[in-house]
Amino acid sequence: MSLAIPATSATPQQNWLEKLGAGHIILAVALVLYPLVASDFFLTQIGGYSLIFGMLGLSLMLLAGYGGMVSLAQITVAGIAAYAIAILGNNNSSILGLGWPWWLAVPFAVLAAALASALIGWISVRTEGIYTIMITLAIATATFYFAQQNYAIFNGHSGYAGIRAPVFWSVNWRDPRPFYYLCLGLAALSYAAVLYGSRSTFGMTLQAIRDNPRRMRALGYHVTAHKVFAWLLAGVIAGLAGVLLVWFNGRVSPGTIGVDAAIDVLIIAVIGGLRHPIGPFLGAVVVVLMQTFAIDIVGAERFNTLIGMVFLVIVFVSPDGILGLWGRIKPHLAQESLRPGP
Amino acid sequence: MSLLDQPSQTLSESGGITGRQAWGLVGLLAAAVVAWLVFAVWPDWLNAILISKKAFVSAILNGITLAGLYFLVASGFTLIFGLMRNVNLAHGSLYLLGAYIGYEVTNRTGYWLLGVAAGFAVLAIVGVVMQVFVFRPLEGDDLRQTLVSIGISIVAADLMLAVWAGGTYQITTPEWLDGALTLPVITAVRSNGASVFLTYPLYRVVVLAAAIVIGVGLWLMLHKTRVGMMIRAGVDDRAMLQASGVNVHAVFAIVFAVGAGLAGFAGVVGGSALSVAPGEDVRYLLASLVVVIVGGMGSITGAAIGALLIGLAEQIGLVYFPTYGIVLTFVIMVVTLAVRPQGIMGKAR
Repeated sequence: MSLAIPATSATPQQNWLEKLGAGHIILAVALVLYPLVASDFFLTQIGGYSLIFGMLGLSLMLLAGYGGMVSLAQITVAGIAAYAIAILGNNNSSILGLGWPWWLAVPFAVLAAALASALIGWISVRTEGIYTIMITLAIATATFYFAQQNYAIFNGHSGYAGIRAPVFWSVNWRDPRPFYYLCLGLAALSYAAVLYGSRSTFGMTLQAIRDNPRRMRALGYHVTAHKVFAWLLAGVIAGLAGVLLVWFNGRVSPGTIGVDAAIDVLIIAVIGGLRHPIGPFLGAVVVVLMQTFAIDIVGAERFNTLIGMVFLVIVFVSPDGILGLWGRIKPHLAQESLRPGP
Repeated sequence: MSLLDQPSQTLSESGGITGRQAWGLVGLLAAAVVAWLVFAVWPDWLNAILISKKAFVSAILNGITLAGLYFLVASGFTLIFGLMRNVNLAHGSLYLLGAYIGYEVTNRTGYWLLGVAAGFAVLAIVGVVMQVFVFRPLEGDDLRQTLVSIGISIVAADLMLAVWAGGTYQITTPEWLDGALTLPVITAVRSNGASVFLTYPLYRVVVLAAAIVIGVGLWLMLHKTRVGMMIRAGVDDRAMLQASGVNVHAVFAIVFAVGAGLAGFAGVVGGSALSVAPGEDVRYLLASLVVVIVGGMGSITGAAIGALLIGLAEQIGLVYFPTYGIVLTFVIMVVTLAVRPQGIMGKAR
């Protein structure tokens, strides 16, 4: 696996403004002010959707970037949270729908997703590299077929519909603007948590395990436990994204967790770049914009070809996605191309 | 067999039987039970438990013949992986493309065998092109090869949808392959004492025979020929093989051609037995993944064992617990991983 990521350790004794970085502040202000200029369509279909898929990509980036485990089952984990919301809360498919309030259903859904993720991790950490991709893909596909065939719990092919974001604090979270801020808030929280976590003792240990598991084992670290814990954390983020996704769509069906969706998450993370937590969000914006507007460029139904082609070109040209491209172009822009590379 | 098999040998020193003998015994016992189930006339209580003898024996036969098909797809997958360390996640797309090509050729010429040959030949060429232009530049970079093959499978699925639309096709088999075979298996005894024998589609038996012939052929090629020797040497130490004057690139191209061709061949054969439709690529990719994970990467024997396990589990599951059939295959995969992470016939690396 060549996913080496230079550890970005913060030098001590900075004030909080420097620590946060100018880029983050500008980005945060822009994202908070975005609803002032965006229409409802751009707010939810582009903004909210990108943030949700960015979170899914982020959970993959956490595993792949810091742990060296490329998972294709992140959408499966999100789907478990989404199905849990449909089953525990209200839906209009006249099957199950236990009617729990949101503040009870959401934690349970996220917990279920995290536990499922830990289980998937526990199964797949026995293997390495491409084997992990193959096993997580097999798990994702098997879950998809199971959800499609099971009518007692998953309501088979049609899944659940009529799931609504709750109304609380006298805010209707279904409306575009509150929903956008909800997505933004959770995405920012996940992003900050991953960034903070990557510099914590656990994050450092995980990265060391990625680089040399044998040495870490010899030093007395419990390699499997660290990896499974990383899966658990990634499961929390993917679970939150799953909750947002089911509120966004208002429905969940086997198609939501199909192989196409699983691969979409991988595409998003790879196109954006797996070297930094911001990468998946970048990739999500690019892919969501393409999915929305490619129809105008290449005609009705061929946008999968376009996305596949863009993905291929990016994998061929820059293994680190857009972030890697940017890293390569930046010195040229600053007319520093004569300086030897890092 | 390497040093890692030593622990099972030590058992014999302590007076017990070796691990291999134990497994052989278990296998023999299972075979005996299945043979009794197939050939004996069932008492009523057994019919009551297992629905009916006909359903049970059909499930077993369907499982074995489906395993033949899975083996054809997975053997190509594992062959490519074994030598080139190249997980080609577009393998399902190769299967589907082979099926569509087989359909077109059979439909236009009227000769089914020509369709089968075309499925193999065209996909073998596609395989070589992919190896030379896509995977060779990325040699040694597992992750990028995997990602690129995923990208190819997306584009391929979309383009096939554009050309052949979303409909379901059926490749027509020639007359001499139609019809049913009466097997020497008694399913029931009529009240007048006459035995009812089981009939089974001839075509599916032929598919199984083809799979066995190809499996044995592959095994012989790998273990008894010079090319096979090179391939196996390449699996263990690619650099050394290159250093001893073998054109590794040519060997890679041959392996990729055979592997991709087998996928195309399986596509035509499978498309004649079942049907050709979008989505089949994912189904057969999943089947090859699970078969190869269970059987052990890069092993032809492992692919055969894995295919048999998965095919039987799928068909028996279909008859006895339809909803949870897919879970059964999944459970087999997880249990295998828990006991032997490298797969049943896989070598620990």
